[in-house]
Amino acid sequence: MRSSVRHRSLLERAAAAPHVVWAILFIVAPLLFVIYFAMTDAEGNITLKNLASLADYSNIFLLSVSFAFIATLICLLLGYPLAYFMSRASKPARRALLLLLMLPMWISLLIRTYSLMALLDNGGLLNTLLVSLGFERIKIIGTGGAVILGMIYDFLPYMVLPIFTVLTKLDPRYIEAAADLGCNGLQVLGRVILPLSLPGVISGITMVFVPSISTFYISQKLGGGAFELIGDTIERQFQHPSTYHTGAAISLVMMILIIISVAIMNRFSDNGGGFVV
Amino acid sequence: MKVFSKIYMGLVFALLYAPILVLVIYSFNEAGELGSFSRVSLYWYRQLFRDAKAFESLKNSLFLAVTSSVLATVIGTFAALGLDRMRRRYIRNAIMSVTNIPMMNPDIVTGVSMMLFFVASASILGLASPLGRTSMIIAHTTFNIPYVILSVRPRFLQMDRNLTEAALDLGCTPSRAFFKVELPFITPGIISGLIMGFTLSLDDFVISHFVSSPDFQTLPLYIYNQTAHQVKFSMYALCTLIILSILILLLIINFAGTFGETNNNKILKLKRKESRS
Repeated sequence: MRSSVRHRSLLERAAAAPHVVWAILFIVAPLLFVIYFAMTDAEGNITLKNLASLADYSNIFLLSVSFAFIATLICLLLGYPLAYFMSRASKPARRALLLLLMLPMWISLLIRTYSLMALLDNGGLLNTLLVSLGFERIKIIGTGGAVILGMIYDFLPYMVLPIFTVLTKLDPRYIEAAADLGCNGLQVLGRVILPLSLPGVISGITMVFVPSISTFYISQKLGGGAFELIGDTIERQFQHPSTYHTGAAISLVMMILIIISVAIMNRFSDNGGGFVV
Repeated sequence: MKVFSKIYMGLVFALLYAPILVLVIYSFNEAGELGSFSRVSLYWYRQLFRDAKAFESLKNSLFLAVTSSVLATVIGTFAALGLDRMRRRYIRNAIMSVTNIPMMNPDIVTGVSMMLFFVASASILGLASPLGRTSMIIAHTTFNIPYVILSVRPRFLQMDRNLTEAALDLGCTPSRAFFKVELPFITPGIISGLIMGFTLSLDDFVISHFVSSPDFQTLPLYIYNQTAHQVKFSMYALCTLIILSILILLLIINFAGTFGETNNNKILKLKRKESRS
């Protein structure tokens, strides 16, 4: 009996081994390759030239950060009330609303961006409608606004879901207590609901900001080639082996920036946020 | 307030669904332009079904989704078991941190890092073409494993350890106790991890974009290439079919969710029976 227990615990200890080997091979090693490529030139000599050349891309970095920031802010302003109203709905209604919210998340980003293009394109539905009503055509595709709109449209559900999850779990007695103690509706919102939903807000912000800042498909489709974001730059660098090293350097810097900002964000909330897939 | 919240929710959801709806409706438009709707027909669907490349990429996508999700579920479930039995907390935390990297990193960085890994290791090993079917299976399995662990591990944490001990006391061998008591309890987690991996794999574009080769295209890559230069209405048809499949899948998962709950109830009943005897 005793020996069988020992045998079992040995087997169980080995259960994580395949994953550990896999992770070292295919998660850790690839990241080491990014660092290696970022720090070497084509001959394999160690150099800081790639990282130094990033100064040329500072405008692109700045544009990407500001686009992603605006998109995240609008998603928050648009998504918080939605999450709040959804969480106040009756239980069966909540289930249906959640399904409505999840469906776009499951549809490929590619398809959703493409469908947005069908709506906004020069020969798209919106412009056709405008012309038939006697208005001027408006050029939407190819403007910065279109790119930001695409980010908002694609990533809004990712803002709403974590906030909704936190708000649903929020004990309604807190709200009653605050009201009993003399808070008006606005004060309840500002002093009880908002602070308690902060973990959801933080993970929502992360889930919108990270894909927004690294996208290349949205800017390609909706920016009409007029805007180059970091994602586009990285994607372009990896089309020819000669520019792998610059691409790796840009990826490395972006990864470090994102990891730092996510870590700072997580500091604000006690746990990693309320998002459970 | 009640009315306002309904109007607000209606508006945001309308915005979220309008482009998708346009896409679906115009896939049935024989005219093949957004300017006019000539008549309802399946013309573009017939065009799509004549396209051998579409079928080829669908086949690849399904093959890849099944292979990578099954592989990830096996590795991830064993990993969750191993993590659960692990005594040393710092090792467990280290493994979890590495596991979380693909979820935290932007997809583009994961894709780029894997591409560099495959290209560099192929040149070290002297292989001719590093990218293709194998690299895609490895990449998809890698980004699926964390999600499997994420859905299986909580089941282990929620489990009542007394149940296993009771089974051992009642004469089960340890492996029998695992299959009779623990496995049924974690099965809902395994199933949801499997489904999640399957859909993530079907959906992935960014990582695939970097680690695939022209002779192994998946559906998202096919859509990307087809829509690179112009609007194609057979792609509207394809997107509509994909959206429809997602809708069906989502409903099935809802059903599977209730299946998981009944499974829990079964265990609770077992527990009650046990406490009586």
